[in-house]
Amino acid sequence: MYTLVAGGGKAGANVTRSLMRMGHEVTLIEQRSDRFAQLEEEFEHQVQQGDATELYVLERAGIGRPPDLVLALTGDDEDNLIICQIAKERYGVPKTIARVNDPRNQAHFDLLGISPTVCATSSILALVEHEVPEHELIHLLELRKENLEIVEVLIDKDSPSAGKRVERLPLPDGSRLISVMRNGKAEIAVGATELQPGDQVLAILEPGKEDELRRVLLKK
Amino acid sequence: MKALIIGCGRVGSSVATQLDRDGWNVVAVDEKEEALNRLGSHWGGGFVVGHGMDVDVLREAGIEEADAVVVATNGDNTNLVIGQVAQKRFDVQCVVVRVLDPARADFYRELGLRTISPTKTAIEVLTEAVRACEVPAAIREPAEARS
Repeated sequence: MYTLVAGGGKAGANVTRSLMRMGHEVTLIEQRSDRFAQLEEEFEHQVQQGDATELYVLERAGIGRPPDLVLALTGDDEDNLIICQIAKERYGVPKTIARVNDPRNQAHFDLLGISPTVCATSSILALVEHEVPEHELIHLLELRKENLEIVEVLIDKDSPSAGKRVERLPLPDGSRLISVMRNGKAEIAVGATELQPGDQVLAILEPGKEDELRRVLLKK
Repeated sequence: MKALIIGCGRVGSSVATQLDRDGWNVVAVDEKEEALNRLGSHWGGGFVVGHGMDVDVLREAGIEEADAVVVATNGDNTNLVIGQVAQKRFDVQCVVVRVLDPARADFYRELGLRTISPTKTAIEVLTEAVRACEVPAAIREPAEARS
């Protein structure tokens, strides 16, 4: 597999090293001279210096072949977005992965069809939400390609769904309950499953249905 | 008619003041508050401090009612992203984006974004200016002698 990595910071350098150890062919592009000099000592001719948003730099690095994968891992979201767009739309690169530095920019990547993306801040926040039980609806996983997400809901004694069977709940279209975790044991949610206070329920739903789901399961 | 000018540097501020004089309702956006000074004392439009990548800033500047958006910050990629957001998310009819790099300007024009490359214009104008010069005979002769 041939991979082009844009951005030789910590993430870019570590990914390059790992892919090389797995036996893959990698070209790394780094713009800053001082950082490039460091990387060159380790990666030799497999790192090139330049601005990876410039077409001639990408071409020199072999984007015309094209690579199987382009990783846009610079510290600038606009650069990562443009790198992926150029890779896909101009050179027909089949797969790109972009790093999102500021989660507020995620919407721009979604708008322009740049997927998948990786955002350390969002991942950490999702874990924080998972660890803080007072949040009633926790985002566990986003399936961007499928346009679905998996959330966790904690049922308490005041929840309107407590004591009701799943088949009796007016769940919004585009949502399903997956499983119910009770006393440390998880079971697949079926129509006959009766929700009880203390249940941790996993649900899969289309983005934007959270409020409706929250109303059905949690709000008095 | 309402226009947003994202990036109020030398180029953006001049476009803003000209459109303002033409009678447009203009709002300029820049990260730096000092950029307001570039608009001069007769400035009759609005000014919002903030980054053009921030959708809340664009909304505050009134992008939802804008007929035209000019994107002229000092970053090509920033401009390309903001231009596409204005076009695809906010459906602004007239979006004009400054892109210094002629290669990226050409490519994004193919993708349907109206890009303007001042670099490309400078290259053409400078080359034409030299071609139009009276070339001294001393420089011309060796080439003619060779042929």
